[in-house]
Amino acid sequence: MKVLVPIKRVIDYNVKVRVKADNSDVDLANVKMAINPFCEIAVEEAVRLKEAGAATEIIAISIGDKSCQEQLRTALALGADRAIQINTDEKLDSLHVAKLLQKVVEEEQPQLVILGKQSIDSDNNQTGQMLAALTGLPQGTFASEVKIDGDKVNVTREVDGGLQTVALNLPAIVTTDLRLNEPRYASLPNIMKAKRKPLDVKEASEFGLDLTPRTTLLKVTPPAERQAGIVVETVDELVEKLKNEAKVIA
Amino acid sequence: MSILIYVEHDNNELKADTLKTVSAAQAIGGDINLLVAGHNCAAVVEQAKNVSGVSKVLVADNAAYANQLAENVSLLVTELAADYNVIMATALTTGKNFMPRVAALLDVAQISDIIGVESADTFVRPIYAGNAIATVQSLDSKKVITVRATAFDAVATDGNADVVNLSQATDAGTSSHVNDEFTESERPDLGAANVVISGGRGMQNGDNFKLLEGIADKLGAAIGASRAAVDAGFVPNDMQVGQTGKIVAPDLYIAVGISGAIQHLAGMKDSKIIVAINKDAEAPIFQVADYGIVADLFDVLPELENKL
Repeated sequence: MKVLVPIKRVIDYNVKVRVKADNSDVDLANVKMAINPFCEIAVEEAVRLKEAGAATEIIAISIGDKSCQEQLRTALALGADRAIQINTDEKLDSLHVAKLLQKVVEEEQPQLVILGKQSIDSDNNQTGQMLAALTGLPQGTFASEVKIDGDKVNVTREVDGGLQTVALNLPAIVTTDLRLNEPRYASLPNIMKAKRKPLDVKEASEFGLDLTPRTTLLKVTPPAERQAGIVVETVDELVEKLKNEAKVIA
Repeated sequence: MSILIYVEHDNNELKADTLKTVSAAQAIGGDINLLVAGHNCAAVVEQAKNVSGVSKVLVADNAAYANQLAENVSLLVTELAADYNVIMATALTTGKNFMPRVAALLDVAQISDIIGVESADTFVRPIYAGNAIATVQSLDSKKVITVRATAFDAVATDGNADVVNLSQATDAGTSSHVNDEFTESERPDLGAANVVISGGRGMQNGDNFKLLEGIADKLGAAIGASRAAVDAGFVPNDMQVGQTGKIVAPDLYIAVGISGAIQHLAGMKDSKIIVAINKDAEAPIFQVADYGIVADLFDVLPELENKL
């Protein structure tokens, strides 16, 4: 079984993001970048499927400029067999990312595509579902457990208030949630080995897709500053404020 | 302008956050219809009829929608979308799951998790975990939008919309529901919880953390702790909120007996509303708290549990 794992290069989750002074975007100059945490969980899950004998080949893929090869090498060091970079300098909408991935799915015919549920930069939570729709495949989003069962995969999902398990016909799309697994660290020998694993580069412009932006980012601002707090005298006053002023409890 | 809103429900109860999504739709403006897709969901339809500002409630009551599987629901919504300019859902379990499928099938971008409406095509949404706020313009003629309900007020429930029964039964046949495990008593994950209540050294011992449990149950809250409480052996390390523990940003964070060391603040200062309960009026936690009570936590906690 072939497993495709799309990954995204994003700001390291430990870095506090700053908004540019002209409010055009966040400032990513000289900021530490990393593999999106949910994508790292996706890689780990694919590697575990391979270790369990369920998967035979893991292909990591990333869409972006040359710098995302760094994250592809990380995925290779964690256990992916080969990698594909789709080269573009454009900032693509999730829809375009899904369309490019659809082309790769058609070409590679994986039985399973595992993606992170969302990236920690744009926080869209869209690409996996969009890819599933475009390929006509079933989806198991926000997965906390993935079990291959013959020609089906059982996916346990994190839903509001608990867990839901769905059975999907393979091939299928899975998106990862935090509790699915704890990703390993790449060992030094594996990091060295990853440098020799194949990494193909394809141009986004060669897929014959219209990648014209569907959204315009008009401005980016810092969140509102925390207002000076007040001291309340009684529990009744606190409950009343939380209900009617802050509206955080019902 | 015509707007279709997907009602989030469990076949029995209309999720109250849907009322807030209607309010977001009113900010866009236009004729608002609701869609109830489910099975044996008449009770939800009755509630949907009463939602203010809604002209019609479309009802797709069919076994294909019993568990609101994304594969099946997205086909239905995509078909109905032909008659609407805007398709909206609340950014909850079901909406987050199927809406991007609808967007892709309609060949439009989705605007996720909006917290504000600037105009009919321009929306405000958090990015980078809320550390930046983006204003985004949609260039598609049809808009697919999910709404962060906490950012909008609920509409009233004194409406009287017409009910239209649909005959669709779109079944993709690629997925099936196996089972649900809803554990009412199990608390949400610290990182995902909308409400977090944390105890610090002021709790005095691990047994006293039980005082937080009743409140946590009432608020659907996760329970956390400061590093001081962990280091003192009151609670295990996986409950730690702070620089070396979990970073949380819930809608409501209640800090109980926590002084507010900078390492703790780093883990929770992006919470929407912070409440501090501490008997030391000089504690630094009060400098970041929206609401503070200067009192003995052993007096405040039982009273708070009673009054929630």
